[in-house]
Amino acid sequence: MNFQAIRVIYRSEMMRAWNTLFQTVASPVISTSLYFIVFGGAIGSRIQTVDGVEYGLFIVPGLTMLTLLTQSISNASFGIYFPKFIGTIYEVLAAPVSFYEALIGYVGAAASKSLIIGIIILVTANLFVDLRIDHPFWMLTFLVLTCVTFSLFGFIIGLWADNFEKLQIIPILIITPLVFLGGSFYSISMLPPFWQTVTLFNPVVYLVSGFRWSFFEVADVNVWVSLGMILFFLLLCMAIVSWMFKTGYKLKQ
Amino acid sequence: MDAIVSIKQVSKIYDNGFRALNNVSLDIQRGEILALLGPNGAGKTSLISAVTGIISFNEGSIFVDDKDNVKDYRHTRKLIGLVPQELTLGSFETVWNTVSFSRGLYGAKPKPAHIEQLLKDLSLWDKKDDQLRMLSGGMKRRVLIAKALSHEPRILFLDEPTAGVDVELRKDMWRLVNRLRESGVTIILTTHYIEEAEEIADRIAVINGGEVLLIEDKLELMRKLGKKQLIIELKEPAAAIPDALQGYDIELGEGGASLIYTYDTSAEATGITRLLQDISAAGLTLKDIQTSQSTLEDIFVDLVRDQPAQEAGAAA
Repeated sequence: MNFQAIRVIYRSEMMRAWNTLFQTVASPVISTSLYFIVFGGAIGSRIQTVDGVEYGLFIVPGLTMLTLLTQSISNASFGIYFPKFIGTIYEVLAAPVSFYEALIGYVGAAASKSLIIGIIILVTANLFVDLRIDHPFWMLTFLVLTCVTFSLFGFIIGLWADNFEKLQIIPILIITPLVFLGGSFYSISMLPPFWQTVTLFNPVVYLVSGFRWSFFEVADVNVWVSLGMILFFLLLCMAIVSWMFKTGYKLKQ
Repeated sequence: MDAIVSIKQVSKIYDNGFRALNNVSLDIQRGEILALLGPNGAGKTSLISAVTGIISFNEGSIFVDDKDNVKDYRHTRKLIGLVPQELTLGSFETVWNTVSFSRGLYGAKPKPAHIEQLLKDLSLWDKKDDQLRMLSGGMKRRVLIAKALSHEPRILFLDEPTAGVDVELRKDMWRLVNRLRESGVTIILTTHYIEEAEEIADRIAVINGGEVLLIEDKLELMRKLGKKQLIIELKEPAAAIPDALQGYDIELGEGGASLIYTYDTSAEATGITRLLQDISAAGLTLKDIQTSQSTLEDIFVDLVRDQPAQEAGAAA
């Protein structure tokens, strides 16, 4: 195992975030605050509670997931795409680094950044509402699993993309709509029965629901189903990455 | 001598069907400086990429230090340093950090004293905290060399290292190459500057159309393929080559002011003495005599002239 390589890839990726520290920290803080003002303040004043939870509090897990998913994907996809784009990937390909070591370095750094951002969002949310977490262990488990899984997904996008448009297309056209329609700001029980059934095909529903359960013991679907879904998605991403590495897909000519 | 890199019947066909390497076999001896010459698209970069692991190859095998470079890639890659042709560097990292990053990638533990010495040797020490985007092209080239040497490799591939750099840096680089060779590092150099190969290489390999046309000791190559010319300036211009000199490989210079005699330096007898006697007997008066030897460039041009380069492939 080339631990030095993992260390330097991880460090280099974290340094990239450090170099844009203001953007890294300010962006989630500002967007979280804006969501609280718009959803928590404006809409929340008309919706008192959802499933017995104050609306401002209810949206915290969904809000965190929204940022976590998009940040994990963009951090990881950019992390591997950029070396491909500028050509510095040659160094990783020529070094005695296995694909899995590179993966741990890149995805580990992207997931760490997302985790930090997730914590920043929760701290920011605590300024607006009196945050309560009923199951801290499960909250952390869902947080870490989501960061890792979607960083892996971002890594796949970064490997697949051969231009900036492709890099953006999945996060913008698929992930963001899925998160907004995945019960981030509402309970799916508030939807008409037909749309409730349709929504169950949205994987993000399971993430948000499980994550919300760890805060308030309120969930749209069973928490074990949520956990099973995220683990399934994690395994699916790992299988795709494994195939990509075995075949050298989009990495080696 | 033993081969530190042994390339055996390697072929590489890119996805677009371009055959960049065609059954290439080549042994690179431990401690030598090998210059790999060839026109654009000849397959030089593909060959280097196959050895270093950047691209996979379709047929054949490559051994580095007697280990297969696919199966034992951890061992083989640790031994190799690569300076790529393009100035592929990030923008916001500092010189120190990027060189340290490269060392770590190769599994080597941090060794600040080595990095410091490297940066000093390459006149980069005062730039160590500068971001890469602030550096000139020549400085970036030096950084790439520092990165390639960061993990103390035993084999160094320099893919056109002096392309577009000034004379000072080129000479610095030649000095560095000589120092590395003295420390036992094997160096493989691709270059468009044939005088560079002539100056520093021990052996020359010529590659064209994905095939190695020859590999030869530089001096031996020049001796074998090199022609030498004797230029005899005449006091009075000659209208034609006298009949008495028709048996010689001789031609008339511009305006008949000189006779140019081409001979083989490796031949037992050059025929110069007899030629001079025959010139005198033919009634011509000599004004001056000089000789010139064909350069490696002349040899290279002759070799690839009859084998036009294929269209360059994506990475060839």
